[in-house]
Amino acid sequence: MAEANMVLNNPGQGDGARELDLIARVQRGQNELFYELVRPYERRVYAAAFAILRNESDAEDVAQEAMLKALANIRQFRSEARFSTWLIQITVNEALMRRRRERTVVMEGIDDRQDEQGDYVPRDFADWREIPSEALERKEVRQRLAQALASLDRKYREVFVLRDMEHLNIQETAEALGISIASVKTRLLRARLMLRDLLAAGWEQGWFSRLPFEKGNKPW
Amino acid sequence: MVSCEQVWREISNYLENDVEAGLRKEMDEHLQTCQRCKSLLEGTRNVIHLYGDERMIELPSGFGRRLERRLARNVSAGRRWSSWSAWMVPVAALLLIAGSLKFADSMTVSPSLKSEHAQPPHNIPPDMQVIVTADAKTFHAAGCPFIHNKATERTMTAQAAIAEGYAPCLRCMRKYLNTVVAHSDDDDEEDELNAEGGVKHAQENSARAVEARRLHP
Repeated sequence: MAEANMVLNNPGQGDGARELDLIARVQRGQNELFYELVRPYERRVYAAAFAILRNESDAEDVAQEAMLKALANIRQFRSEARFSTWLIQITVNEALMRRRRERTVVMEGIDDRQDEQGDYVPRDFADWREIPSEALERKEVRQRLAQALASLDRKYREVFVLRDMEHLNIQETAEALGISIASVKTRLLRARLMLRDLLAAGWEQGWFSRLPFEKGNKPW
Repeated sequence: MVSCEQVWREISNYLENDVEAGLRKEMDEHLQTCQRCKSLLEGTRNVIHLYGDERMIELPSGFGRRLERRLARNVSAGRRWSSWSAWMVPVAALLLIAGSLKFADSMTVSPSLKSEHAQPPHNIPPDMQVIVTADAKTFHAAGCPFIHNKATERTMTAQAAIAEGYAPCLRCMRKYLNTVVAHSDDDDEEDELNAEGGVKHAQENSARAVEARRLHP
């Protein structure tokens, strides 16, 4: 269904020909052009690192390290791959290495690698009240959404961020995290349902009150 | 007819366009009549849409400026090195010859490796220039991105490195290894493998994924 897929398409793809030209020039040694090449992806690189490390300064440091590593290895990049995916996978690896090194794993619970058994039963909301994209203009809405995401267990959060925020595909997400495709699908389902429940509950708690469309223009 | 539970279980795959045609048709029919499942679909789609928006990612203030500065530092450091390297080449060549002579004897004895998990080198040119660092167990080709503790880098010949117990980097020295890479429990080696994963595997993974997309658009 075209409508279903529309949501999942990969946005933010820059000018492909210009990007390939920049890559080729950096590969030939024009390293000063590298920042121009990666600038469209700096948000996504940072978000990937933050999803894994959950600490702003670590995430920034790892994002920088990942960029330097990408620059050092730019000649290994082949244009049949997506540059953004390559960059994000380097970042995820850097972040996972950093976390392993700092042993924060222990703090997040020993059972974290296990997928939970049994189905997640979503809360029963007869009507979904659409939260429009324009609501993201408001900082408090973005913060509420970020809090909801942060409340998920690591295994759900990481998969969700890579698939739905970084727009890696299922296979790329599995490879970046070193888990099976089946695990990605299971965790993604649960993450999406849990976030839906949290956002629906957020309505009840007034998170999205005072949204602009409430002024007599309710979309549901 | 599918049940509500089946719809919940498949809702994510449905949005990924990853359910087979028969089930998809049944789900479509169910969604037309079941308000709860329709609400679930709408909510899940809304979640994906909102979080997929670039505005959801907030960069710390000054992030871009700091990144640009750090990249610029790296670029200028690279330039300084290239102007030095012009006259370093003959010096390095002399050191290389001296090194080969000095360590010729030590090659007759097989030294013990710093890492018990490492693999000994195979057919490596003894006078090849390699990099070693303190507290590491492996030697690398210049420019290998997986050199730990870079501040302590030393350049020496392969045979000198081997004599000191260093083993070849599993990545940049791969062609001098006898066998394919084996799993290692050693943290240092594991990091190295993972660091490698950061680049080459990312490359391979993306290429594979592109291929997969081509096969299953």
